[in-house]
Amino acid sequence: MAGLMKRMSLIFRAKANKVLDRAEDPRETLDYSYTKQLELLQKVRRGVADVTTSRKRLELQAQQLQQQVEKLDNQARAALAQGREDLAREALTRKSALQNQIADLQAQHANLQAEEEKLTLAAQRLQAKVDAFRLKKETIKATYTAAEAQTRIGEAFSGISEEMGDVGLAIQRAEDKTQAMQARASAIDELLASGALEDVTGTTKDDIQAELDRMASTNQVELELARMKNELSAGKPTPALGAGSGGEAGSASPAASETEGSV
Amino acid sequence: MIIRLLGQGQFDVSEETVAALNELDAALQAAVDRGDELAFRQALGEMLVLVQERGHRLPDDYLGPSDLVLPPADATVEEVRALLGEEGLIPG
Repeated sequence: MAGLMKRMSLIFRAKANKVLDRAEDPRETLDYSYTKQLELLQKVRRGVADVTTSRKRLELQAQQLQQQVEKLDNQARAALAQGREDLAREALTRKSALQNQIADLQAQHANLQAEEEKLTLAAQRLQAKVDAFRLKKETIKATYTAAEAQTRIGEAFSGISEEMGDVGLAIQRAEDKTQAMQARASAIDELLASGALEDVTGTTKDDIQAELDRMASTNQVELELARMKNELSAGKPTPALGAGSGGEAGSASPAASETEGSV
Repeated sequence: MIIRLLGQGQFDVSEETVAALNELDAALQAAVDRGDELAFRQALGEMLVLVQERGHRLPDDYLGPSDLVLPPADATVEEVRALLGEEGLIPG
């Protein structure tokens, strides 16, 4: 029994012979095959474009996830400053999960880049063979009778047919990889859009942010209350606190920081 | 002899190199039969390196067929089985 290398070559050969055997006049096979070759060239170029699109989508997602990581990091710091270690822990837990996602995306990205390169080179090789085949085809058609052409065609045809099989496989494998990746990319898109993460437009608020905001506004309320109490006890209005200082108050007992020396 | 490395093009290799490849080829075939992914990957890797290092790459516009064909480096046993089992799987 033949080894693997031989068996594989025979399979490619059989494919070519099948097409050749079908033809009444082998010269017609030449034109038919040439049409198929041009179609395959189109297809491999489309394949490259598809992989490129997927790669760019991954790059965008990685960027978005990175933004989320930075935001969660800031939230963890803010929560710690407020003495809320539980909230900080939650933010860091999410951050860690996202970092894993990013690492995964980077691996996928390298994978796609390799596919892109393979397909680009495959397109170049096929183009060179198609050009050579076209010249040969015209020579054969101009020079030989159908009977003579039969033998001349065999060699050139099985060579290009093998190349087409090779390129066809490369396209298929790239498609499979891209599809598998797109399913994951969609899952990440959902994750980005879900409550677990704020989407990039910043229109929705995540729960950690909501909690931080709530604490900030609580602090703000406490400060306002303290100021009003002071006014009442002093019998004269004091200048209002600058707005927008919410979230920056580190002290849990704001009244203490609002002592005004009464005369 | 002319060997095609799927996804890489065609190489012209000496009889001596083919002899070395044939030894590995037996291991490769056995690994496919057993479904032994690890042994398959190892034999295939060695074969691809042999062809690339000792073979002479043919120009892209060469129109002749190959005597031998090797699967791509990242192929799985399952993929190779599918190719061997049904020629209809080879597109083009």
